[in-house]
This record gives sequence, C-alpha cells and structure tokens, in this order.
Amino acid sequence: MPNELPANSVGLVTPQIMHFSEPLLLACGKNLSNYQIVYETYGTLNANKSNAVLICHALSGHHHAAGYHSMADKRPGWWDAYIGPNKPIDTNKFFVVSLNNIGGCHGSTGPGSINPDTGKPWGPDFPKLRVRDWVHSQARLADNLGIKVWAAVIGGSLGGMQAMRWALEYPNRVRHCAAIASAMNLSAQNIAFNETARQAIISDPNFFDGRYLEQNTVPRHGLGVARMIGHITYLSDHDMGEKFGRDLRSGSFDLGMDAEVEFQIESYLRYQGGNFAKSFDANSYLLITKALDYFDLAREYGNDPIEAFRHAQAKFLVISFSTDWRFAPERSREIVNALIGANKAVTYAEIESKSGHDAFLLPDERYQQVFGRYLAGIET
Amino acid sequence: MRIDLNEIQHWIKERSRILDLGCGDGTLLKFLIDNKHVEGYGLEIDAEQINLCIDKGLNVVEQNLDRGLGNFADNSFDTVLMTQALQTLHFPHKVLDEMLRVGKECIVTFPNFGHWKARFQLATYGRMPVSDLLPFEWYNTPNIHFCTFKDFEVLCREKNIKVINREVVNEQSGKLLKDVLPNLFGETAIYHLSK
Repeated sequence: MPNELPANSVGLVTPQIMHFSEPLLLACGKNLSNYQIVYETYGTLNANKSNAVLICHALSGHHHAAGYHSMADKRPGWWDAYIGPNKPIDTNKFFVVSLNNIGGCHGSTGPGSINPDTGKPWGPDFPKLRVRDWVHSQARLADNLGIKVWAAVIGGSLGGMQAMRWALEYPNRVRHCAAIASAMNLSAQNIAFNETARQAIISDPNFFDGRYLEQNTVPRHGLGVARMIGHITYLSDHDMGEKFGRDLRSGSFDLGMDAEVEFQIESYLRYQGGNFAKSFDANSYLLITKALDYFDLAREYGNDPIEAFRHAQAKFLVISFSTDWRFAPERSREIVNALIGANKAVTYAEIESKSGHDAFLLPDERYQQVFGRYLAGIET
Repeated sequence: MRIDLNEIQHWIKERSRILDLGCGDGTLLKFLIDNKHVEGYGLEIDAEQINLCIDKGLNVVEQNLDRGLGNFADNSFDTVLMTQALQTLHFPHKVLDEMLRVGKECIVTFPNFGHWKARFQLATYGRMPVSDLLPFEWYNTPNIHFCTFKDFEVLCREKNIKVINREVVNEQSGKLLKDVLPNLFGETAIYHLSK
C-alpha cells in the first residue's frame, strides 16, 4: 500500500458482521439456525434506498471487494479496479454491498465455524449449499439493510450465477442483473476440473474425512494442488506462454548438468497454491465447488432457459472474454439467446482479452467502458 | 438522421418486435422505440458503436452477422432490418435468407453501385469509384459486395423473395431523376421484403 490512498479508491473500509437468528431453510431441506454474514459497504445509501448494488463473489472471493483494511495492506479488495469513485461501479452514485457467502471461510458462518449442537467445528457436517441458498441469505441481508430493491445485482463467474438466480427468485427486487464471464450451468469439463481439485483435497493424508480442524491440522498440500488445477483453467494458454514460456527458474539443460530443472510456471503455480492454502478452508472449497457443479439455472423450469428467464423482470448485462475457456463466450451467448427468446432486455459485449477467465477481475479499457456506461444509465 | 432511416418508419408497425442487424450507434432503433414504441434488439460488432448504443439504453448484442443468425428462432421478429450493411457482408445472400427466416418481414437498404457517378468514374477514369457516400479506396473499403438495384432485384427473383415496397432516396443530386431512372440516379435503395 502506498503512503497515500489513490483518489479513486473507496479508501479504508471496515468489515461489518450481521447475525441472523431466524433459521434459514436450505435447498437440501436442512435449516441453518444462527448464522452470521460478514460484509462491507462502499458509498452512501440514498434517501429512497434506490441506489443499492449487490456484489456476488466467485469461488475464491469474499466480502473485501474494494478499498483497504489498513494502510499496511499490500493490495486492495479483489474488484478494486471496478468499484470506487468514478469507476464502473461508481461509489459516488451507488451504495455497494459486498458480502462473504455462508459456507465460505472469511468470516461468514461456514464449515470452519463452530456447530452450536456439538461445540466442535462443522467441518464436513456443514449443510450442503446451493446457489439459491446464497441468494436467499443475501435477501435477508438486504432486508436488514432496508434494501427492498437492488438497482443492480452484479457478479462474475459463480457470482454471475447468483446474480441470475436473484433475477429469477426475486424478480421484483432486481432492476438490473449483470452476469460477467458466467454460464447457466457448468459443462462436463468444468465439473471434471472441480472433481479433480476435490480429489486432490480429499486424498491429502491431513484431510481426516474433513475433520482436520479437530486434529489441529489442515490439508494444505491437497488444497494447494486444487488451487493449482483451478488456476490453470483461469488463465489462457497464450497468457501463460507470454508470462512464463519455457523459462527456467533453476537448473539447466546443458550437457553434464544433473541439477533439478524447475520451470517458472511450476514455481508460480506452487506459490499460488501454497498461498491460497494458507487463507482458504478445504471444506469451503469442496462445498463451493459442489454448489457450482449443481447449479443449473433452468432445471426447475423444465430445463428451458427461455422459460426460466420469462420469470425475470430485470434488464441484463452480459459480458464475456475472448480467451476465457472456463466460461467461454459461447456460454454467455446461451444466456443472451435465452434472454432474447424470453423477450427480456439485454446488452451483450464480448471483450477481446488475453487473460482467460481471470480477465473479469483485471483492468481492461473496453470492459470498463461497457460496464461503466451501462451502469451510468441506471436510474437511482 | 440519415435520410433512409426516416423512410423506414412508415413500414414499421406500432409496438412490433424488431431486430436491427448492424445497428451502428443505434440511431434508428432509438428512433423507432421513441416513435413507434417497438421492442427491439440491435446486433453490432464495432466496440465504439456498441458503447453509443449502451449510452442510449438500447438492447445491443455483440454479434458478427457473417456467423449467421442461427441463434434466433424462425419468425421470432416482426421485422428484421439491415441498413447499409449488406455490402459489407461476406455472404449477403445467405444473410438475406436468414433475415427472412427470422423475421416475418425484412427491410434492407444499400448504396446503389449503379449510380451514374460510380459508372462515370469506372467508365471514364478506369478507377474504382470513390464518392461522398462511399469514401473508401478499393483496398481499405469495408464494402466488399457491391450491387446495383437491378442486381438486387434479380437475386430477389431467384430466391422468390417478395418485394413489398421499394423506395429510392437521394441525399445529394438527382432528386427528380431518381424516379425516372432509379438504377442510374438513385443513391440508396430501401427494400421492404417478405417470403
């Protein structure tokens, strides 16, 4: 963090916690009683509460989307490039709410929390969650904040799935829905990568059937490998080639050299995996990837996406990125086609980018233009 | 507003469902929404034009027309429009088929390559025509499939496409002569088509 906060930063922010004592009936049939949600807000809620925007996070995201927690922070929140004064999600105009979903591991109730019935960490016994459960818990957060209607519900990747689910579950509470680098369901390949990542976690000897916290350990290695697998799918081949190529970090191929050769990409992935494993909970990773796999926007609408979107009242913004192969532009076009079929308002842009799925998090001039100009047109 | 846009509105029904192919900055779509209360989507590939559509609050979808309209259902729009884009397509005849599949009716406008100025430049100087309406050199022009009014009507006959209406509009000279010899003096044609 520089000594001075940038002018277009939301500045120093403090997470807040909201407790809920009324049980939340989950899609799996179980109730979650007594849970908490950690969240941050940026900007000011206007008098008629018509300028609120909800940010839904992706697999590894959390409530800290913008600004800094302290002047010692090395980096701002995960979507700081898009949230702030005069940024696309302009905090001069909007009141932005960003939360950590239940089942997560950054302060909201999740598998790492204490199960009040046993006095031990929930671990693998934490109820299985679906995207709709997050949406319902977010609706309660909105109720308590006095927000009846969101000016926009916005999310990238898994966050986009939540935004679309919002538009169907609470059609009269969402005026605009932005689904960025998202899809109406995962492909078989997506599920395959998730399952491989989960197997890496489960096969770690420190996993202890998910009860690792009771053993005072964590399956750090497995979680690291899971993240490495995920990370590969978030980058494009081109981007990886450009950043790392076949460069060596150590060793050499010279004749007579016997030392271990290490490619830059190997070292980078291990570093990313290791870092992630320090800050993320393995059970949360399993739970969230399962929720991703299970999500299917149109399942309850006879598997007909057009029929599904007929229930929406929001206007939609859909954005995809050219080199995203995890949530390819084709998947976004499916959303757009279904919306047009259902006669709903939709704007769609396909951003030329080298950065794969990660592009939705990174600064990009055209992406910022499309996003910002769309949001600028929202009445508050 | 371009002169052809003003003519088009007469062929658009109130509150109908419109698809505008190559909608540009969305001027026509916005005009039809404001004046004819249509519901509409515009397809465009140019990033800056898409931004201008977003500024107008239009439903703009980034889509390359050369990839077809396979994502749209048969007869899902009352009218499919394409203004001044026919000559930029790789397969204009296929797009025309697609327009008539997706729309109950179609409106197509294009510049007349049989206009006397074009004929004069090619005949006299032996050079590809460059004019105010078509200000490009042959090597950098986005207009790759030129036709004259007559050419277009031959295509319509071959495809059994019904020409409901035809208007010829001129922004510049020959406002009277265009009605006598449209293929020689007409600058822009507007065709109203159906199956």
